[in-house]
Amino acid sequence: MTLAKTGPSSNVRLLLQTKLLTRVLPAVVPVTLVQDVDFSIGDSEFVAITGPSGSGKSSLLYLLGLLDKPTSGEVLIEESSTSDLSSGEMASMRLEKIGFVFQFHFLLPEFTALENIMIPMQKLGRLSARDQLEHATGLLVDLGLGDFLHRRPAQLSGGQRQRVAVARALANSPDLILADEPTGSLDSAATEQVFDSLQSIVETQKTTVVAVTHDMDLASRMQRRIHLVDGRIDYDRVQ
Amino acid sequence: MLLLRIAATHVRNRMRQTVVSTLGVALGVGFSVAMASLMEGSQRDFMTTLIEAIPHVQILDEQRNPAEQPATAMYDAVAFHGLRPLEDLRGIRNPTEAIASLRDWARGDFAQRLSGQAVLRYSGQDIGMTLVGVVPRRELQVSKIREDMRAGSFEALDTTANGLVIGGKAASRLGAELGDTVTLTSANGIAKRFKIVGLFHTGITTSDEGLAYAPLKAVQILLEKPDIINSISIRLADIRQANDVAARAERQLGYKAVSWEEANEGLMEAFVVRNAIMYTVVGAILVVAGFGIFNIVSTIVHEKARDIAILKSLGFPESDIQQIFVLEGLVIGILGALAGCLLGFGLSSYLATVKFEVTTDIEMTRLPIHFSYIHYVLSCFLALFSSAIAGLIPARKAAKLNPVDIIRGAT
Repeated sequence: MTLAKTGPSSNVRLLLQTKLLTRVLPAVVPVTLVQDVDFSIGDSEFVAITGPSGSGKSSLLYLLGLLDKPTSGEVLIEESSTSDLSSGEMASMRLEKIGFVFQFHFLLPEFTALENIMIPMQKLGRLSARDQLEHATGLLVDLGLGDFLHRRPAQLSGGQRQRVAVARALANSPDLILADEPTGSLDSAATEQVFDSLQSIVETQKTTVVAVTHDMDLASRMQRRIHLVDGRIDYDRVQ
Repeated sequence: MLLLRIAATHVRNRMRQTVVSTLGVALGVGFSVAMASLMEGSQRDFMTTLIEAIPHVQILDEQRNPAEQPATAMYDAVAFHGLRPLEDLRGIRNPTEAIASLRDWARGDFAQRLSGQAVLRYSGQDIGMTLVGVVPRRELQVSKIREDMRAGSFEALDTTANGLVIGGKAASRLGAELGDTVTLTSANGIAKRFKIVGLFHTGITTSDEGLAYAPLKAVQILLEKPDIINSISIRLADIRQANDVAARAERQLGYKAVSWEEANEGLMEAFVVRNAIMYTVVGAILVVAGFGIFNIVSTIVHEKARDIAILKSLGFPESDIQQIFVLEGLVIGILGALAGCLLGFGLSSYLATVKFEVTTDIEMTRLPIHFSYIHYVLSCFLALFSSAIAGLIPARKAAKLNPVDIIRGAT
């Protein structure tokens, strides 16, 4: 394998950077999840993080999404270090700038599809109640879920739930969407629907999507692939 | 509002557990309110009975400190030995003048009394009695003896110079009846015949068997104390002034004046202890209810670990997560407190209708219930406080949960 380093061209805004990012799980025998990861991601990129099981893909994603703290190194968002942020400031950063899509939809089961999408909007409070409703409805309609606005997650299929999760990730119009195996639990038809949704977000909304995936076919259809082995970048290349 | 909506949704979706916990709080609040109403009701009832039965202020023919002896006033000595104290006839002299001077500034009714020991004799039987000489009209203004009359009338003492009102039990013991003539003999050996014009029943055996009322003049003659009384009873227009009036009367007349509060000081202290016990029990009930809330919120936190991870990944800070679960405890607490208030009111209202027949010769008694919003406010406050604490403990745990651990556990 060759180590190929890449990144956004100089005229693209730097959205996400890692500097020697390392995460070690403290234990009797410490476990290194991510080691010395160094890359930059710009606007409107569609990046796949691939690698075998246990290579640290999800751990890297949680570090990028400020859900976990690195043992050493740092994550920079819009060229600002996040190392010194308090947990409240990190939460605020997630709310405004980052959207998450997990392998399992992770929707709040007691709320309808529409309510699930409106919750982060209400938390942020940037839009009026009417605008929140319009925006949430628009997101669901755009993702082909116009007929399922008032259904609860249990009343939706796996693909529909995952698309609701994508819509929720977009609720506050973030700059960055982090997806952890977003199609991992879906059949091939649903996988295509969710992938198309993510691709469309990158193309139409100029949002950067970083997705962890096992699916090499999907990864090959993304602009750039960062491949991890044993927590280190094996290669990072534009496709 | 958003946090409250999430909290309410969690609680609503665990309806069975919520109902059980709410019921726990409701029972706690309800029984606390009913118990407090009953306790305060009985206290007030007792106080009312006490205050109605006794004078608000009583001026007695004694001094708080021993009377000054002429020798101490005359000689400037450190100590005296072997002095024989001046014997003075005990009693309040010139009662009319004394009462008139009190009337100038104290608002209320005044009655003078002369009490002493006498032996009541009838058909060869003797009973030792406390004989009270009264001015009937005035006595009726300061005591509730009229309500205790079972035969004849107290007012008859006004029209019968040698009239006598005694307890029904004393009359039974002697075999005497209304209209019979009995003999009273004083400690000095003076005997005088009296006609029974009234029988009373107070329910207090010592009074019913050993107390007799007669016109003041007749008693003064029998006890050889002309124009002397040994107590003045005052029934004030405003009972709260009892202590002030007693103090001023004592300064003015030089005799010991005792307010009803001073006379029942031990009882007042007993009420304080009683209330402390009551509120401790109420608090304990609500703490138990709090454990119910702790249980349900802990269960929700456990079941909702995934939701906590979701909310954190969405950008909800730890403080929000904590607030959600504290609110859940409070939602249950508020629902329980409201239901408890209704339950408490219902229970108190029911208890107020319960009748008891204590003895055959006393009228039917109801449970004394005092309705006060303070009981509701206090119980609700304690319930909400314990709900907040019960919610806070698991809420802090929820806020500290690491979302990554939960997400990893779920995937």
